[in-house]
Amino acid sequence: MSTIKLEHVTKVYPNGAEAVTDLNLEVADGEFTILVGPSGCGKTTALRMVAGLEEITDGTIEIGERVVNDLSPRDRDIAMVFQNYALYPHMTVAQNIGFALRLRKLPKEEMQSKVREAAEILGLTEHLNRKPAQLSGGQRQRVAMGRAIVREPAAFLMDEPLSNLDAKLRVQMRAEVSRIQRRVGVATLYVTHDQTEAMTMGDKVAVMRAGRLQQIDAPQTLYDKPANLFVAAFIGSPAMNLYQANVDEQGHALRLGNQQLDLPERLRAERSIGSYRGKEVVVGIRPEDLTDAAVAGEDGVGRRLEGTVDLVEALGAEKLVHFDIDARRLQSTDVGMGAEEDETEGLGSGEIAEAMSAGVARVPPTSELRPDQKAVFLVDAERMHLFDPESGEALG
Amino acid sequence: MPHGWALVREFIFYLLVLIVIAISLFPFYWILRTSLMSNAQVAQGVGGSNGLLPSHLTTKAYVDDFTKQHFLKPLVNSAIVALIATAITIVVATMAGYALARLKIRFSGAILAFILIAGFFPVLAMVGPLFLLFKELSLLNNIYPLILAYLVYTLPIATWLLRNFFAQIPAELEEAALVDGATRLQALRKVVVPVAIPGVFTAAILAFILAWNDFTFAVSFLETPDKFTAPLAIVNFGQSAFQVFYNRIDAAVVIITIPIALLVLFAQRRIVSGLTAGSFR
Repeated sequence: MSTIKLEHVTKVYPNGAEAVTDLNLEVADGEFTILVGPSGCGKTTALRMVAGLEEITDGTIEIGERVVNDLSPRDRDIAMVFQNYALYPHMTVAQNIGFALRLRKLPKEEMQSKVREAAEILGLTEHLNRKPAQLSGGQRQRVAMGRAIVREPAAFLMDEPLSNLDAKLRVQMRAEVSRIQRRVGVATLYVTHDQTEAMTMGDKVAVMRAGRLQQIDAPQTLYDKPANLFVAAFIGSPAMNLYQANVDEQGHALRLGNQQLDLPERLRAERSIGSYRGKEVVVGIRPEDLTDAAVAGEDGVGRRLEGTVDLVEALGAEKLVHFDIDARRLQSTDVGMGAEEDETEGLGSGEIAEAMSAGVARVPPTSELRPDQKAVFLVDAERMHLFDPESGEALG
Repeated sequence: MPHGWALVREFIFYLLVLIVIAISLFPFYWILRTSLMSNAQVAQGVGGSNGLLPSHLTTKAYVDDFTKQHFLKPLVNSAIVALIATAITIVVATMAGYALARLKIRFSGAILAFILIAGFFPVLAMVGPLFLLFKELSLLNNIYPLILAYLVYTLPIATWLLRNFFAQIPAELEEAALVDGATRLQALRKVVVPVAIPGVFTAAILAFILAWNDFTFAVSFLETPDKFTAPLAIVNFGQSAFQVFYNRIDAAVVIITIPIALLVLFAQRRIVSGLTAGSFR
């Protein structure tokens, strides 16, 4: 049985900075768990603590039902794939893959057969005698994977292993890594800042922000029922539209600027809306939950949202309509994705801030909306999300 | 094909290169020339058939070095001292340099600065104190304690050099080795040092040259000719009662230059930058 279990794990650096706070996380045998969040959220630190490359300030880490807090990396029975691969440049591909086995003093025959087997899985058989310098980016990535799988460890740790590949190769390797992980069947903790990777690869996704775990769930659950504003804004591309709104005194409708949306039965329930009657909330609507009323061909009283089209992106299968409405949009800083993040890193806060500066609707390609036109969108009210504006917690 | 000005500029460039080469190689040529002449020829001075290229050349001076001057013993002494000093320097400097590059050591900046200063401390200023120390410990006129004296300046320079090399090697490389099941020492030996091999070779060559060429410590600590190192022995070649054997001196100089030249030529192939190419990304 191979599992990874983190209980109340905390990391405080000597300078007092708290990188990870009270992290609880469990990766079951054979499970693929993704740790995702903007850069600087503590996800890599968490992974390095599991690997033993970083000391733990508080809490316990178990690998395969064994507390490993005080074990050195070599005694933890783990394999790790690094962001920049860290291949041994002076060794051939075969030596790179077999390095761990050589350290374990495995008989030569057995070692060679294991290396060959791993190479076969990864399609590296022809390159076994080459040095890393002679390989392409994708091949190097595979060697890094090979070094991990040949070990048959209790746990796999992967630190953004695909982030250095070009876009096309990344999509291809995404599927491949998932396939290999399923084939090897080892508990895997995978760190990424790319929410698409998180959604597509993981059995479970753990979203982290500023050292704290925000939510851990299956990707679809995370998407459908985000626990708070941060998760709602971080997961999904284009990001969820978030607006400030007021609940009416009866708790039956929302006011966005001078427009009104009826609340669905689900959200009218006492336990969700009760204390918010007449108060402010944040409403979240996913782009695909907005339809072009002209295409739908119905009036949709109580679930109409009017706006001005700003830009239309035709993607073939669908159109992304960017629009402005006269409701106060929630800024990225309101969600806690502001200054602390590095905007240069891929799908980080930068993109979210951009996406939230205007509303986005995902409409059928038959829609004839054009820039500067008035548009009416129908809201799928059942799939609307409400959040507390102070705590960011989801209501309902 | 370059035309006009470009051609002239290229001509001037190569002319300047030629001048620089001629100036820097001339002393070596003159040593080689003298070493291949008889002592009588040397005594005649330059002129006549004894010009830039003497009409008559002989290897007698080289033979005399080994038969009459017993140059083999000092050569062996020098080799022993220089090789052992180099070996100790590399082992200790590798570990010290690695520790300074990787471990979080208090005052490591100050330690590094001190090491650098120690490396460039004037050798002559160390001779006096070391002589008294060696005398107290009865270490004079013995080639092995000489190794200790060489370490005083080979170690700081090698440590400093290697620290800078190790600092350039990404930490992930050793972390990968640690996760793969290596101990710190194994990671150092099997991953870090092989990757830093250009640095290790540079440090080794530097240490070897410093020890091999040393005259100051040798002349201060060694007394009897059977203990002399090569540079020290050469100086005494000239001290015959009636004449100075410049040809033998220069032949010996050529001989002690050979190992250094070979070493540099051999190591040049190893000192190829970009050895980590392909390791990352």
